Amino acid sequence: MAIELKMPALSPTMEEGTLAKWLVKEGDEVSSGDILAEIETDKATMEFEAVDEGVISKIIIAEGTDGVAVGAVIAEMTGEDEEEGASPVPSPAPEASSKPEPSPEIAQPAAAPPVSRADDPAVPEGTSMISITVREALRDAMAEEMRTDDSVFVMGEEVAEYQGAYKVTQGLLDEFGSKRVIDTPITEHGFAGIGAGAAMGGLKPIVEFMTFNFAMQAIDQIINSAAKTNYMSGGQMRCPIVFRGPNGAASRVGAQHSQNYGPWYAGVPGLIVMAPYDAADAKGLLKAAIRCPDPVVFLENELLYGRSFEIPDLDDYVLPIGKARIMREGADVTIVSYSIGVGLALEAADALAGEGIDAEVIDLRTLRPLDTETVLQSLAKTNRLVVAEEGWPTCSIASEIIAVCMEKGFDDLDAPVARVTNEDVPLPYAANLEKAALIDSDRIITAAKKVCYR
Amino acid sequence: MAKSPQKAPSKSKTPAKRASKAPPKKASARAGARLPVLKTPIYKASKAELMEFYEQMLLIRRFEEKAGQLYGLGLIGGFCHLYIGQEAVVTGLQSAIEPGKDSVITGYRDHGHMLACGIDPNIVMAELTGRASGISKGKGGSMHMFSVEHGFYGGHGIVGAQVSLGTGLAFGHKYKEDGGVCLAYFGDGASNQGQVYESFNMAELWKLPVIFVIENNQYAMGTSVNRSSSEDQLYRRGESFRIPGVQVDGMDVLAVRGAVEEALKYVRAGKGPVLMELKTYRYRGHSMSDPAKYRSRDEVQDVREKSDPIERLKVMLMKQGVKEEDLKALDKKVRKTVLEAADFAEESPEPELSELYTDVLVGQY
Repeated sequence: MAIELKMPALSPTMEEGTLAKWLVKEGDEVSSGDILAEIETDKATMEFEAVDEGVISKIIIAEGTDGVAVGAVIAEMTGEDEEEGASPVPSPAPEASSKPEPSPEIAQPAAAPPVSRADDPAVPEGTSMISITVREALRDAMAEEMRTDDSVFVMGEEVAEYQGAYKVTQGLLDEFGSKRVIDTPITEHGFAGIGAGAAMGGLKPIVEFMTFNFAMQAIDQIINSAAKTNYMSGGQMRCPIVFRGPNGAASRVGAQHSQNYGPWYAGVPGLIVMAPYDAADAKGLLKAAIRCPDPVVFLENELLYGRSFEIPDLDDYVLPIGKARIMREGADVTIVSYSIGVGLALEAADALAGEGIDAEVIDLRTLRPLDTETVLQSLAKTNRLVVAEEGWPTCSIASEIIAVCMEKGFDDLDAPVARVTNEDVPLPYAANLEKAALIDSDRIITAAKKVCYR
Repeated sequence: MAKSPQKAPSKSKTPAKRASKAPPKKASARAGARLPVLKTPIYKASKAELMEFYEQMLLIRRFEEKAGQLYGLGLIGGFCHLYIGQEAVVTGLQSAIEPGKDSVITGYRDHGHMLACGIDPNIVMAELTGRASGISKGKGGSMHMFSVEHGFYGGHGIVGAQVSLGTGLAFGHKYKEDGGVCLAYFGDGASNQGQVYESFNMAELWKLPVIFVIENNQYAMGTSVNRSSSEDQLYRRGESFRIPGVQVDGMDVLAVRGAVEEALKYVRAGKGPVLMELKTYRYRGHSMSDPAKYRSRDEVQDVREKSDPIERLKVMLMKQGVKEEDLKALDKKVRKTVLEAADFAEESPEPELSELYTDVLVGQY
């Protein structure tokens, strides 16, 4: 029985190629794995192998022939009488079966449905407020979650015996022991991967980076391993991990240690990205991050660690993921910010109030998913918006907020949205240059006045 | 790299260790110790076991040949890395571990590992053709397949990443005290990646239950081991981390099985990781679009004729009295399985468009 040997494709886009050379002739016996011919395109050469035993009965296309269409019969062979499995190529033509008909739905896939997000939990009347630092809030969040879930552990450089390079993990080793509070060597790429692997295996790691600048060494594991696995596995394999540490400019530490990675991670589907400002949000969101079944990038700020804030004295204070917070209500202009920028925005709002401008301040808190609903509602009220961001301007969270305002809030805008960011340079060391490069409240005030035409 | 100094005012209970301090005793105690030497006996298999190995290797080979054909027909797209020639490695190793207890992770040349983990060939092939019934619902493709149920943790496309991830799986075994061991497979190419050594360091430091498996198929894409590796005896690559290494003929399933049993004994005893170098060979190009011009046809043919793992086992089986007809019948059975997988993969529908936005995140926010 004759088996047709058809011109193979070297890639799904190949339509024709050159049959460069036959390595067998009519009458040759061939066995599985023998090379029958060489096929060429302008990009590559490929050896065409026999899959079955048999005899080459007829060569139809001579060697040296150009423009042989994929799927064309190039030779025939007689095989052993194994009806099933003998044909070296299944019969349907490739184009017909492999490519779906283009349709309007393909061009316009339905986007994920918007989710209505929960509000912050109500704080019962009579709850006392206590003043703690952001540093303590973060530590308490980890300790509380570690007490209730044995699968939570912390790893990173100097997190255990040294008590944390910035003392965020202070006391955790004493309470939880070296099995759950683990000092790593200086090896970000390696321990980020080990953390992600442990998460895939069912644990809930908290991986501390001494700063997110060093996480650049590990960004492949964060994005390619942690963020994409659930999707690539069709929802089978999760990676519930928290990558946390200080992010953004500190003070006089130079360009390599001063960068805001918020926009980098916020661009990646599969990640949750948080960047809280005050102690209550730091605690409530870190607890939510640790419980979250998805990978979370949790961006802290070194300059905020030592600041004290009021926080409700509750046993289990957990905040919703993806919900912005209105820090101050106002009617004339909206200032959107996150992380350390929120403090500057509040300062600016105080100053603006003195000049008769009533500013509303929104803390995004979560950068992915972004709470655009809260931003747009505020825009609809004030009709003017400024984004304040301690980071570079290009492809920033500010850029994203501006795009959202254009796309979904255009009719509400009475002035172009303004962004106030760091200068577009690597952060300099000299005190005066550093000051000039970084965002401050004065610049936010100027921008707010400008969008108010004042 | 400058690490930020501690700036926060605090009362550290443990003062920072100074570089000028004498090295801790533990390190000096280890300094003179010799690395343990692991044995590499040839496994004595029963005839039934030999038949199982033969069938397993044949299944992988026929499956990969079929995958190559489907690629040629345009039914499989993108990257497709075939395992033909290397079958004895995964067959020997997987036959020794305990399903349900141990874990496995590998790179992008993963089809054979999945079959050896006992995963249904139909859903593997359907993933290759990008269909809804594929193991990743068609969203992963050739390089990104996973089955937590079978202890198979991927299927990773970034060279070397699976070594750190596998070390993390081993960390999990130790943390959970579940007695499991992770087999972390990677190639001679990945063995030059930095994170591999970062993982070696922590695996030995923390005595993690992991076997680092280097499948040395001689070529990292088009670059031979000799052109890329200052130490080309890859089993020695763990020595400076005090990880014992063994070099094994990866074309001999019985040598592989024998060596891994010793490695498993060592690792299960809590002594830390072992590095295994399996010397093997891939017959096909690095991926389907690689014409493999960096080596001669004679070189490939020579390996096929002298060292083919399946042919070697066939000869052994026939010497033990297995009849050629029985082997042919087995081949026919395997071909049928593969043909059914191909039909399944071709006939299954593509994923619904609504799947585009599912599985990005587990939670709703």
